Amino acid sequence: MQKEETFVAKASRLKLSNEQLIDMYRTMSLIRQFEYMADKLYAMGKVHGTMHLSAGQEAVAVGISRATIRDDYLINHHRGHGHFISKGADINKMMAEFLGKDAGFCRGRGGSMHIADFSSHNLGANGIVGGGIPHSLGVGLAIQMKQLSEICIAIFGDGASNEGVFHESLNMAALWKLPVLYVCENNKYGMSMEVERATAKLPISQRAEGYGIPWHYIDGNDLLTVYETMRDAAEFIRSGNGPVFVETQTYRYFGHSKSDRNLYRSKDEIDDWRDNKDPIARFKGQLVENKILTEEQADEINNEALAVIEAAVAFAEASPDPDPSTVTEYVYA
Amino acid sequence: MPEITYLEAIRQTLWKEMKRDERVFIIGEDIGRYGGAFGVTHGMLDEFGEKRIIETPISEPSIIGAAIGAALLDMRPVVEIMFMDFILLTLDQIGNQAAKMHYMFGGKATVPIVIRMPGGSGTGAAAQHSQSLETLLMHLPGLKVVTPSTPYDAKGLLTTALHDLNPVCFIEHKLLYKMKGEVPEEDYAIPFGVADVKRKGKDLTVVTNEIMVHKTIAVANRLASEGIEIEVVDLRTMVPLDKQTIIESVTKTGKLLVIHEACETAGWAGEIMAVVSASRAFDYLDAPMRRLTGKNTPIPYNRDLERAAVPQEEDIEREIRAILKGEY
Ligand SMILES: Cc1ncc(C[n+]2csc(CCOP(=O)(O)OP(=O)(O)O)c2C)c(N)n1
Ligand SMILES: [Mg+2]
Repeated sequence: MQKEETFVAKASRLKLSNEQLIDMYRTMSLIRQFEYMADKLYAMGKVHGTMHLSAGQEAVAVGISRATIRDDYLINHHRGHGHFISKGADINKMMAEFLGKDAGFCRGRGGSMHIADFSSHNLGANGIVGGGIPHSLGVGLAIQMKQLSEICIAIFGDGASNEGVFHESLNMAALWKLPVLYVCENNKYGMSMEVERATAKLPISQRAEGYGIPWHYIDGNDLLTVYETMRDAAEFIRSGNGPVFVETQTYRYFGHSKSDRNLYRSKDEIDDWRDNKDPIARFKGQLVENKILTEEQADEINNEALAVIEAAVAFAEASPDPDPSTVTEYVYA
Repeated sequence: MPEITYLEAIRQTLWKEMKRDERVFIIGEDIGRYGGAFGVTHGMLDEFGEKRIIETPISEPSIIGAAIGAALLDMRPVVEIMFMDFILLTLDQIGNQAAKMHYMFGGKATVPIVIRMPGGSGTGAAAQHSQSLETLLMHLPGLKVVTPSTPYDAKGLLTTALHDLNPVCFIEHKLLYKMKGEVPEEDYAIPFGVADVKRKGKDLTVVTNEIMVHKTIAVANRLASEGIEIEVVDLRTMVPLDKQTIIESVTKTGKLLVIHEACETAGWAGEIMAVVSASRAFDYLDAPMRRLTGKNTPIPYNRDLERAAVPQEEDIEREIRAILKGEY
């Protein structure tokens, strides 16, 4: 039997410096603090609309963003805070949008479900499950036509893979060898439906086989595994070989959206993922064990992350609401 | 008479009909353990089992398609589309298939399906989860379009829908789910195409539906203290449309204001005005017909913007006063 590669050996093979590893930890922490704060603000009655939190799925977001380049195009889905944060979105503007403020990315028109930042190639989150998947085709075509070096990263959930557009898009992306990295964040559930009851044959990623697309089914809570898979996939795509499909197995801790009594899953299951498979705790354990980080430094990083989030809340709360008389602005360009 | 919510009225009606007719089943997303996004089917899985409370993957066009197929074999499917906005994914199945089969096949096929769909704004769910799209559906011959405004009407209209042999789009306004009202326990049906004059008045007719019925009544009650009497016509069904009641009311009051949450451009207010223009009521009009509608904009997220996007009580009051004073 082959001996399992140690964390340090893997990190060095991946050419990740300690600084980079710590930065990855910091970003995961920042995402988690954002999500906890979002939940808290909701409980305090400060959020008018809906939200979908990604706590528990941070390693997927950070693994992708660190394995790709900043200018790669991101097509996000409704559970998208983590992807935006790890791609480097301005936290203040995100929080302002979350609270519906004029200073938000979409000037309060979009909210959590529709955050977008075109200047950093974040092409937007989507409230329609699967709605963004076909956009990857056009982004891919445009990249080809303009002969750009970027690729497109299309993120969606396990549930979205049962929409018709998913299948139509994979077929065309493969036909035209489009530069698209398809990432299916399998967090075991749609809104309440387990993936086993929704998808006839698992893993979801094997569907890519039917379209001739290379695919991987990986542990989405293991940061370095996500990083390595995405890095290799991105390189393959950037070299003109066409799309790759990666399914990341992960788990969401909060309910589906603002209201959820968790009737469809057991507390034991949630606790098991939280206590035994948490991507942040796991990564921190590896960093601490290998003396890359101390417990105290980790706490420090978490506190700094919280401070960033608190400052973002202060920024958002100080920002005015949009003027109701501007309600029809932006309907047409 | 017991007071129950709009949501309970819908659930009880579905429940009773499923007990009565084995052909009725419900198909949709997260309608089992979760009870549906708004809780309408809560508890029904335990009662009827998963053969009749059929949870599907997230595949809206095929959900409608499945219902059509079953209906062709004389089943009585009820579809829950989680948000009305998602019918835009299903327009082929609704518009090209369900709506046209009876006609295309020379009257041989019937498609008795009920498609329930929560619509409307007010929950901060933003542009893709807040629309009022009834006009789109009204434009497709073969569909019936129902918009109940009270628990009583919800029960009576859903009963009729479940016995209708055509595809019926049953639109439930999200903000009405928790509204309570008296609903008799015994069975009753409200026929389609019969509007309900929810408030009688002599000075001005408001033709409206859904949540705007309640907003208008609240305004009308306030104006009554000044001696202004508004007549509120709740259409209840958009297709078929009760032209007679509209014409009679306008003939009596001589003034018409149409109010809907849906956007203005090509909205159904124009249809109502066309009906009046072409009728004897036209001769009785003593003011231009007016409409007060949602703005021509997607529904925004921010609470103040969202309020500004659709008619509020203060807008309704202002508009009524303007018409009565001749300020248009
Ligand atoms: C077309 C469409 N159908 C249904 C919904 C309601 N809905 C929102 S999220 C969701 C579950 C999506 O599951 P998945 O793709 O696995 O993403 P997750 O929420 O698990 O991250 C559902 C059913 C929607 N927004 N759009
Ligand atoms: Mg999921």
